[in-house]
Parts: sequence; structure tokens; C-alpha cells
Amino acid sequence: MTDFLLYALLAGLGVALVAGPLGCFVVWRRMAYFGDTLAHSALLGVSLGVLLDINLNITIIAIPLTMAIGLVFLEQRGFLALDTLLGILSHSALAAGLVVISLLPDVRVDLMSLLFGDLLAVTKNDLWMIYTVAAAVMALLGLLWKQLINITVDPELAAVEGTNVTLVRTALMLITALVIALAMKVVGVLLITALLIIPAATARRVSHTPEQMAIAASLIAMLTVVMGLAMSWNLDTPAGPSVVISASLLFCLSLAYRRQLS
Amino acid sequence: MSKLLLKLESIHKAFAGKSVIEDVSLSLHQGEITTLIGPNGAGKSTLAKIILGLIKPDSGSRVASSAIRIGYMPQKVTIDPTLPISTVRFLQLANASQQACHDALESMSIGHLAKTPIQNLSGGELQRALLARAILRKPNLLVLDEPVQGVDVNGQNELYKMINSLATSLNCAVLMVSHDLHLVMSATDQVICLNRHICCQGHPEQVTQDPAFIDIFGQTTAVYSHHHDHNHNLHGEVLNETAHTHGADCHHD
Repeated sequence: MTDFLLYALLAGLGVALVAGPLGCFVVWRRMAYFGDTLAHSALLGVSLGVLLDINLNITIIAIPLTMAIGLVFLEQRGFLALDTLLGILSHSALAAGLVVISLLPDVRVDLMSLLFGDLLAVTKNDLWMIYTVAAAVMALLGLLWKQLINITVDPELAAVEGTNVTLVRTALMLITALVIALAMKVVGVLLITALLIIPAATARRVSHTPEQMAIAASLIAMLTVVMGLAMSWNLDTPAGPSVVISASLLFCLSLAYRRQLS
Repeated sequence: MSKLLLKLESIHKAFAGKSVIEDVSLSLHQGEITTLIGPNGAGKSTLAKIILGLIKPDSGSRVASSAIRIGYMPQKVTIDPTLPISTVRFLQLANASQQACHDALESMSIGHLAKTPIQNLSGGELQRALLARAILRKPNLLVLDEPVQGVDVNGQNELYKMINSLATSLNCAVLMVSHDLHLVMSATDQVICLNRHICCQGHPEQVTQDPAFIDIFGQTTAVYSHHHDHNHNLHGEVLNETAHTHGADCHHD
């Protein structure tokens, strides 16, 4: 096997590992649109990073985080429905990102790879970054697992029983921003939400506890990465979309599985 | 005087410039049942959440005893159907052992639903599960927000009986939010009639004769101070209590 394919596989598996449990929270808490917004703002992060000559790894995490905090603030003012707010921020961020990139005459940015991922261009350094961040995300998820489930079930009950809801919620946003920054490499900003929610939705059909669902989502996401890469290798299709298509395929299969059971 | 658990003093709260709670003071004592009544939009739930510490008042003070342990039964919970969680696991989220959770469910006579996904419970079963979670932490203050909402008449009676016997066995203070009067009042020590501000408060009989109360609820809802010793069915006919006994595994809501 060639190096770049091995790197692509390892990178994809690392991202899939954390996308599983986080994707479950995105599904449980109905944050799909929120995930989209953060993903789109990650593109703005890339443009601003290039424009201001800052390390891209910093800006693609910092900009979505800023966006998330801004969202919480705007939501509390309560003058627009959340989905409207998300729509405004999400598409403004995407448009601003694209405009800023086009204004940079000296720099050639591969727009396609940003939008749809460039798994096959993963380097050894990227791998280090992916596994370091993935380890941090897993540690955070493990540490806060119980509280995260608790605030997902009912934030007020959790608060009365002594959970610091604001702290846990902020941690979840940080985790989301981190995973999005990682997943950008694999599937690009337009398809990140798919990598989060499709494996989780598939896992739901075979799980009876939150933990089962998180683990199943991870395994399914990893399987889709392998399937997607195989498809990309054999049919010469773009890797990111191939991974997402594989995920959709597994989801459809899971629908049939449930029907057989009942 | 029994032990003071929580005291509110001149609480004010407004949302988006609209005043919801005006100058409310109250105190909750161990072993006392307080019922908070008032029309829709009177600020009952907001006041309950201020008592719980979930909402910060704009002005006024909330002083809680250092020994306070609150059990809370919210008006409703909406748990996304995509979250696979059993009823007993839902209770365990309150940081209790599996055994304690099974016992709590059993005491609410829904032990057989422990492994059922919480989203599959009926309205009455869910209320019991919520009550079970509220008592898990052995609270000395139990806050119940419309505890019988979405439960039919028979189930309501049963739930109120459970709440009463819990209040006695835990010897805790109970704050109950309700818009439903005569079912609650017979067992209530203190009634607070809220319409943004406190219209009147005191013993049930006292409150129901208060002009401010009659103004809001009318005379027709006046409370009988005698003990209601029989049940009615939906048509208002009197049911014979002795002829109406259920087996141990009959659970209706």
C-alpha cells in the first residue's frame, strides 16, 4: 500500500472515531444546523488565517468558537428564532469565507479541497495533529460524559441536581469546534455535518443505551471511511463525498434491518 | 415553628421589559405543603424556577438553608426520541445507585417499566417517573410544577395521594404549582394565590373567602373544608369505594 493511502486511511479513522460520539450529541440535541454553521465559519477561518498570516490550525478552531459564543449571546437576546439566526450566520460565514479567498491575489487556495475535503493529501504532520486533537476530544467526552447526557435529557433537572450546565454546554461547543476543524480535512466544510449525523442516525437503530449508540456510531463512521476510500481508489471518485455516500448507503441498509425485525 | 428552608424577599422579575413577578415574598418550612395557584401567565412557573435557583431575580433576595436538598419535578420533559434511554437509566442520571432507582420506581408502582424507553411512557407513567427521580435524592424541599398535567381524573387522585404520603414519609416541604384547586387544597397548609404579585395567602379556607381570590377564580371553585370521602366517575356519579378495588398489578392513569 502506498503511503498517501495509508495516511488517508489513518486520518479518516481518527476523525471517524471522534465523529461517532459527537455526532450522537448533534442528533440528540438537534444541533445539525448548528454544526453546519460552525463548519461554514471554519472556511472563514481558513480565509482569515491566510489573509492575516496566522497559523490555519488556530483560525479554523478560533473562528467557529467565536461564532458559537456569538450564537449563544444572540439566542439569549431572543429577537430572532434560532434557525433563522443560524441561517444568517451560516451562509454569511460561507459567503464571507469565499469572498475573502477571492481577494487574495498572491495566494492560491484550493477551494475544492476546502469545500469537499482532501483526504488523499494528508501529511504525517496532519496525522499528528488529528490524533492529538482526537485524544483530547475523547478525554473531554469521557470526563464529561455523564453531565453531557444529563444536560441533553433535561438541562433544568440537571441544574437543580447540581450540574454546571453553562460549563458543560460550553465544553460541548469547544469539542464541536475541534471535531469540525479535524473533519474539514476529511470531508470538507460542506459535508462535515453528514459525517457527524449519518453514522449516529444509523447507530440509533441498533442501540438501547447512549453508550451503545456512541460506540456503534464510531464503528459505523470508521467503516464508512474504509468503504469511501476503497470506492475512491477503485472508481477514482473524490474521497470526501465517497465517504459520505458510503455512510448514506449504510443508513439505508439499517432502515431495511429494522423493518425485518419488526 | 418548623425549620425554615427557604425564604424569598421582595422578588421582582421581568422578561423583555414585561414584569412577570412583582414584590413576592414567601417562606417554605419543613413539613409544610404550599400550593401556588393562579391563572395562566400569572408567573407560577417563573416563581417556582426562582425558588429552584434556575432563574435569577432582577431584585430581591433568595436565602436558602445550607441543609437544603431540592427535588424537582418539572412540568414536562421532552427527550428526543433519538436518545436511547431506559426509565431506570433516566433516574440514575440523578446520581443514584441502580438499586435506589429500582426502589423509587417500585414505590411509584411503575417498577415494571424500568427497562422501557422513557419516551414510550404514557403521560401518567412519565409523571410518576419524574416524581421518582425527584425523591431519589431524599429532598427536604420538593418542588412540583403542575404534577398532574396530562393525567386523567383517577390518576390525578392517585398521584396526589402519593405526593401526600411522600411529604409525610420524607418530612419535607412541598411547593406545588397548580391551577386545579379542590383536589389539592384539602391537604395544603398554605395557599398562595399569585397573579404576578401575591393576591392573597393563608390557609385554604381563609384564601377561598378572600375577595381577591374570588375575583380571579370565582365563587364556583370554592373549596370544601370537609373531607371528600368518595370518588366520582367522569359523569359525576358517586362511585362506591369498596366496590372499586384493584389488583396489585392494575395500573391505570
